[in-house]
Amino acid sequence: MTKGAPPVLQIDDIHKVLGGKEILRGVSMTVDKGELKILIGPSGGGKSTLLQCINFLLPPDQGRIFLEGHEVHFHKKAELYQFRQHVGMIFQDFNLFDHLNALDNVSIALRKVKKIHKAEARERAYHELERVGLAEKMDLYPAELSGGQKQRVSIARALAMDPKVILLDEPTSALDPELIGEVLRVIVELARSGMTMIMATHQIGYVKSLTDEILFMENGRIIERGSPEKLLHPDINTRCRGFCEMLNDLIREP
Amino acid sequence: MDAFIAIMDALPYILKGVAFTAGIVIGAMMLGLIAGIPMAVGQVYGSRPVRTVVGVYVWFFRGVPVLVLLFLVYFGVFGLIEIQLRSGYGIHINFSPFMSACLVMGMVSAAYQSQIFRGAIQALPQGQLKAASALGMSDFMAIRTIILPQALRIAIPAWSNEFSIVLKDSAVAFVLGTTEIMARTHFVASRTYQHLPLYLLAGVLYYILTWIGIKALLKLEHKVRIPGYSN
Repeated sequence: MTKGAPPVLQIDDIHKVLGGKEILRGVSMTVDKGELKILIGPSGGGKSTLLQCINFLLPPDQGRIFLEGHEVHFHKKAELYQFRQHVGMIFQDFNLFDHLNALDNVSIALRKVKKIHKAEARERAYHELERVGLAEKMDLYPAELSGGQKQRVSIARALAMDPKVILLDEPTSALDPELIGEVLRVIVELARSGMTMIMATHQIGYVKSLTDEILFMENGRIIERGSPEKLLHPDINTRCRGFCEMLNDLIREP
Repeated sequence: MDAFIAIMDALPYILKGVAFTAGIVIGAMMLGLIAGIPMAVGQVYGSRPVRTVVGVYVWFFRGVPVLVLLFLVYFGVFGLIEIQLRSGYGIHINFSPFMSACLVMGMVSAAYQSQIFRGAIQALPQGQLKAASALGMSDFMAIRTIILPQALRIAIPAWSNEFSIVLKDSAVAFVLGTTEIMARTHFVASRTYQHLPLYLLAGVLYYILTWIGIKALLKLEHKVRIPGYSN
């Protein structure tokens, strides 16, 4: 029965209604340490809503979430803020703090939330910027950075908090094609280093070999799940494979 | 020549009024700032009762003329308090016209400033608060460290506009007998009958004060500008 450590994240029967529309209709999943889970599916399927429900940016209407086996009581503010420190979030449109330079974007939560001394926080932030290859850009403000650089800063910002899991909400879909690679390389590097991640994406090719499980979402439900080998196997017809082939065809169009 | 002499004679006396005018304006703008920011935050992020209270406040102070409010507070409210304190507790307090003017104009400006800051907060992308929350910040901390530093920058042009309005509205305080520019000019003009040059002088003084204030705020706007933003 007991098989070592509990999953990093366990999501149990999440429901969410937004604007009278049922966006999530009972989504469950578990993520073990070091796993990379890919959420894929047509837009409007609930991927982004699910990710925002996981760290309660959108409070779920129903369902429970466990971090390392402990249920998160999100109505208790202190517990919620504590939980969010353990769950990094990468947004589609970066959401860097526009009034802070790259270094302060990474260090501000260390100082204000973790109450780390300023010099130490800056050192840690510098280290994280180095990790995403942007140490020399530390004095630049978001408006002075390219989209790819902004997203890398936002990854550094999440990493600085030492999260147990990182949620990535289509991290490359707001980027120009030539900037996608630099962000994906950082994400691949993270996956290789054993970071636990849930990523909604359509750029499945780059991370396929590192993915532990693909979850295909449609109409607020996970309708297919399995390893990439299983879901994308040419001999098996799955909704997921059909969707991915359709995406590939779209990309191949001149 | 008479006009010139009238101005030169009256200038030292009227210039002393500049300090009172500046005092009313600075007092009112600061009071409006201190009250206006939490009101704006309450109106954007607050619960329904908070939003209602702020809304009623704003509608009241936008809807009643400054002149009415000055009389209401100075003669009505403060007069009543003075009498109550004297008869009830034997405490003798006199609220000065200057204090009344600062308070009334500050309360009115708070209503307008709250709307300036509300607009600035709502102009920020929603993702800013989301990103702050996702890092584990409380709402209060996120508003203080992420939202307000950006919103206040955006608000500077509208705030300097509000400053220029309050500065010129401050002339109304003369009805209470505050010894500011307008009251002193009126006092001299009605004795020397040199209305034309003296009111021109008063106008020029208001103009110069407006110019100084707007220029200073423009400088502030440039100083706190976020690098990379074109505006």
